[in-house]
Amino acid sequence: MEAIRDLINFFSYPQWSFTLSLVVFGVMLWSRKLWTKKGGLLMLVAVTAFFCLSLLDPNFRQVVAKPDNVPIVMMVFIVGYFLWLSLYKAFRNDELTEAGEPTFEKSEVEDKIFTWPDLVFSEFICMVILTVVLVIWSIALQAPLEEPANPSVAPNPSKAPWYFLGLQEMLVYFDPWMAGVVLPGLIIVGLMAIPYIDTNPKGNGYFTFRERKSEIVLFLFGFLVLWCQLIVIGTFLRGPNWNFFGPYEFWDITKIEPLVNVDLSEIIWIKLLHVGLPSHWFVREIFGILLMAAYLFVLPVALSKIKFFKKYYEQMGPARFYIGISLFLVMMLLPIKMYFRWLFNLKYFIHIQEFFFNV
Amino acid sequence: MSFLKDIQSSIVKSQVWKSIFRVGIPTDNRKRALAMLGNVVLHLHPIKVKKSGLRMSYTWCMGGTAFFLFLVETITGLLLMFYYRPTVEYAYFDMIDLREVAAFGIMRELHRWGAHAMVIAVWLHMFRVFMTGSYKPPREFNWNVGVILLVLTLLLSFTGYLLPWDQLAIWAITVGSNMARATPMLGSEGPGAALLTLGGTKLIHVGSDARFGLIAGRTIGGGTLIRFYVLHCVAIPFVAAFLIAVHFWRVRKDGGISGPV
Repeated sequence: MEAIRDLINFFSYPQWSFTLSLVVFGVMLWSRKLWTKKGGLLMLVAVTAFFCLSLLDPNFRQVVAKPDNVPIVMMVFIVGYFLWLSLYKAFRNDELTEAGEPTFEKSEVEDKIFTWPDLVFSEFICMVILTVVLVIWSIALQAPLEEPANPSVAPNPSKAPWYFLGLQEMLVYFDPWMAGVVLPGLIIVGLMAIPYIDTNPKGNGYFTFRERKSEIVLFLFGFLVLWCQLIVIGTFLRGPNWNFFGPYEFWDITKIEPLVNVDLSEIIWIKLLHVGLPSHWFVREIFGILLMAAYLFVLPVALSKIKFFKKYYEQMGPARFYIGISLFLVMMLLPIKMYFRWLFNLKYFIHIQEFFFNV
Repeated sequence: MSFLKDIQSSIVKSQVWKSIFRVGIPTDNRKRALAMLGNVVLHLHPIKVKKSGLRMSYTWCMGGTAFFLFLVETITGLLLMFYYRPTVEYAYFDMIDLREVAAFGIMRELHRWGAHAMVIAVWLHMFRVFMTGSYKPPREFNWNVGVILLVLTLLLSFTGYLLPWDQLAIWAITVGSNMARATPMLGSEGPGAALLTLGGTKLIHVGSDARFGLIAGRTIGGGTLIRFYVLHCVAIPFVAAFLIAVHFWRVRKDGGISGPV
């Protein structure tokens, strides 16, 4: 048991678990067998069994059973269920289309039904069920109330409300102006831009995967791998001093992580060129600035020439393509920075402390 | 049994009943249509809906769940406002009273768990709308209204998080509002803020930046509490209610629940 726990703790560290989640994400979209009824049931049983077994561990139980963390445990299961449902329905519809038959939705769309009683009654039943669930939940679990507010005693760790913990987790890799302002702002802008960027007329009003692969892959990557996964890490796996702890690890307040991160400028000027850091910030950071400029301004143009992206460029037109690809590249900045941190201990690409401009 | 039937028919045939429910229990298609048209709550719906849009496996009932939870939050929130005083002296002890003394001592639980559930319901609603491609024309604008409603849901939850005035509350808001300090140009520690000077005086400093505006002071205190209280109970719900109305209106105007063309 101890060996298994240590193994899971080890592989839950972000560099491993994030890589693993990328692999699982790929397998999930490739393997349709996972989405049949048996496959889905098997996954549910496996995850639930794993969760219940883990509850035997006191450290795991302590974090998971915090009243405010209970909704997040529920969210993991609910999101998993609806992911299964949506892809199950999408793959089923794709099979129907392949066989030359209308999709499930298409075969019913012409059939109009009176709102009274069908819709009104199912809404009523939903409301009753929801009310019962909420009342039982509220009786069973008391809302948390800690000691009175004391501005001079900061709890360790201090955590934001759970739905912002993905953003707080990004603070490990980015400065507050990026993780707390620019990136959340761009998430909102990006979400709002989706209907105007996506010119694919197919898949409007029914579940499908084959007819809009890249859209779904991108959305699921952002929603599941980045947003939901970072919330789970930030909630369950970040302890005192925002240090990482495996699911069965004791939240040791004295755990020390060595600060060995270095800037890109230090790697290039000191380690590679052996000349020391130039005094002027622009010369010092020139490589980082060039790299970022190339990533955000040259790469989109270069990508538009590549065969895979060229068809999107022609289909979407330059304005939609460049806005879309820029938003995509900014999103990818997060996993890229994560891997640079894990592989090279990189702290900042650009580090201009003079203007608080660190990327 | 005939006695009960007599009572029922005399109620249903009374002038009072007929003045409230014009149509009665619908027994034919004409009355089914009139029942929907004659009721202010039901008239949000069309008279007929697509069968594909009725299926729970298609809609997941998540938009309705989010709206229902919004109503739950409004009602429980209103009841909580009878007890709660948003001042540093009383806020925390009113919380204890709500638990120990007030009748129906689960109002705060209903409000808190309902809020968490609402955040999840809004995410799942958005997830479903994406997976069915329902944001595509002609529903682009309504997707945008939905994104703003998502942001408002998170802001409602965030402003409410401070009100219990316990350690969990103020430190979560501290962590969250510290981000505002780093707003480009507008935060005292944000990139570009140093450029905004007037005759050598900094315009953006800890006493004038975005964080100061958000929490009404240099640290979280009584000013923050009343500011978040008003945002939580009046300002944001008002905007959200208006946008929910727009959202529902546009669902109808854009052709009802989405379906294949």
